Amino acid sequence: MPVAAWPALAAVAIGAGLAAALLLVHHKAAVLAVLAVGAALLVVAQRTRAGERAAASAAAHPRLVPVAVAACGLGLVMLLREDNFALLMLCTVALQTLAALGLHLQFGYAGVANFAGAAFLGVGAYTAAVLGGHLPSVLVLVTGAGLAALAGLLLALPLLRTRGHYAALITIAFGLLLRTFLEVNDTLGGPQGLKVPGFTLGGLAFNDAIVFDEDTEWSFYVPYAVLALALLGATHVLVRRLERSWIGLALDAVRVDETAAAAFGVNGGAWKIAAFCVGNALCGLAGALLAMVTGFVAPPSFAFGDSLVLVSIVILGGIGNPLGLLPAAFLVVVLPEKLQGLQEYRFLLFAVLVILVLRLRPGGLLPRRLRRWPGLP
Amino acid sequence: MLEVSGLTVRFGGLTALDGLQLRAAAGELLGLIGPNGSGKTTFFNALTGFVPVSGGQVRFDGKDITGAAPRRVAACGIARTFQRLRLLSELSVFDNLMLGLHLDLPHGPWVNLFARRRLAAAVRERAAEARELLAVFSPALAGRLAEPLRALPMIDRRRVEICRALVRAPRLLLLDEPSAGMTPDETAALMDDLHAVKARRPGTAVILIEHDMAVIERVSDRCLVLDYGRRLCEGSFAAVSRDPEVRRAYLGEA
Ligand SMILES: Nc1ncnc2c1ncn2[C@@H]1O[C@H](COP(=O)(O)OP(=O)(O)OP(=O)(O)O)[C@@H](O)[C@H]1O
Ligand SMILES: [Mg+2]
Repeated sequence: MPVAAWPALAAVAIGAGLAAALLLVHHKAAVLAVLAVGAALLVVAQRTRAGERAAASAAAHPRLVPVAVAACGLGLVMLLREDNFALLMLCTVALQTLAALGLHLQFGYAGVANFAGAAFLGVGAYTAAVLGGHLPSVLVLVTGAGLAALAGLLLALPLLRTRGHYAALITIAFGLLLRTFLEVNDTLGGPQGLKVPGFTLGGLAFNDAIVFDEDTEWSFYVPYAVLALALLGATHVLVRRLERSWIGLALDAVRVDETAAAAFGVNGGAWKIAAFCVGNALCGLAGALLAMVTGFVAPPSFAFGDSLVLVSIVILGGIGNPLGLLPAAFLVVVLPEKLQGLQEYRFLLFAVLVILVLRLRPGGLLPRRLRRWPGLP
Repeated sequence: MLEVSGLTVRFGGLTALDGLQLRAAAGELLGLIGPNGSGKTTFFNALTGFVPVSGGQVRFDGKDITGAAPRRVAACGIARTFQRLRLLSELSVFDNLMLGLHLDLPHGPWVNLFARRRLAAAVRERAAEARELLAVFSPALAGRLAEPLRALPMIDRRRVEICRALVRAPRLLLLDEPSAGMTPDETAALMDDLHAVKARRPGTAVILIEHDMAVIERVSDRCLVLDYGRRLCEGSFAAVSRDPEVRRAYLGEA
């Protein structure tokens, strides 16, 4: 019996609806109401096994669902087209999710904890600040990703020689070091930071507002949001494919039992370094584009706390399931902006959220499932 | 095929293996017995690169693999199981088996990320082979390929671990106490499994560590008794079990 497409489509629509509602509402009460609806839907989905039906239906329609997701993303951007603030948040969510995908590849698959995500974002961002205007924007993004991967390579040796908590400490130290370096380096603007030229593509400058006539003007964030969502979508597809391949299996084996893996010829060190580099490249890519979106970089945006934000997105979302990262990033990025007075307490909020989720759903919002191999039912 | 001479492993002051001499020929099933702590597992660990070798030599197919890293040992065609199962319990049965095939699988980005149709065809083919291999042990198990490993009973986990070591058609198979923690019925089934392995891979040499003498008696071609890291005696099971020193050291007779 063919599986119907509507449960998957409904899930996508509900997700997009919640995202739109969260971005559009302003009142504290309304924000909390949206959250309550989201939580209720999650509980209902679990109780009625609707979530599983949606997943089965999505699996049965591998072409339709990505189209629906893309359409919803575009629709969301169009809905917010005149709202600078909401679009900026959407860009931030998309790019933080992109960086979290990198961390998720490192931690969720290869088992390498990275508490310096923000530092690698910073490498990308400062690359955009220094090279922007001198190189085509696309090349700047690629260079940002490449330099972040290179910077991570510096840590490869110490990471391989240490294990568990000690490896995590090394990444923390690296993050602190990089931030201090940025603060004292005058060519990189010191504590004041640098301006970042906007993204341009074939004569189209993303930083210009899109003016149709006197009454119709779209925010300049519209093309950025589209670009960020497109990058996120493409990367998500690639990470998914990676998981469902021999590469994903090798990474899982290294994470679960490196000794057993070695007995069958798996080079654990090489796989961990590869995952670490690719993950950092994603962070660098996200950082470079985020810097172009905000037009400005400074050391405080790449602090330890920002690395923790990325880690909490990965834990909230469900370690090993990339689909959960987007809702988790929404919660972590948008909530503090919406709930005035929460800004100062945001780490407390994340801590509470992480504890709640781990308590109620130990696998995260969307826990990992068994690998679905291509070619197998 | 395998020639071990003078193999010595020390852990600090403790000599776990003391100048061990051992040979195994293609197609032979060598039973390795000895009291607890006599160095049987240490021998496997030294052979497969998991503990450093303090002296002696290991040659496999004429190549010197003394102290080689686990990866190189695996690449030579030596596969093992672990005394305490080391399966990937959060992954599926299929995933576990495919780990055994790691060295034969393509890991390039193109095949894995973009040539998805080719990948799907390869996965289907591998799954068919895996099912066939599992069916040698248990037809019911072959039907559970997609299930998470932790859903399986103990006997089937052991079988999966043995199959994981077999998928790449190793030349030498090292089995470390496969009957540990099994009921007598399960042990009997395991003996049939070992016969099936021998029939299916006639050229593969097997070294079997086993405490259950009935298993050794029924499946081994030859056995070797270890005591305090030294070879106590070697020969057919009948000859070994008559040896007075073995009876004293191992079978607990005065
Ligand atoms: N990694 C290690 N470090 C220190 N000592 C070890 C190590 N591995 C084994 N030993 C010691 O070496 C001796 C031999 O151990 P081994 O595990 O090889 O025995 P075994 O013959 O496999 O015994 P069993 O039948 O109980 O499995 C024991 O005294 C053990 O405590
Ligand atoms: Mg042992």
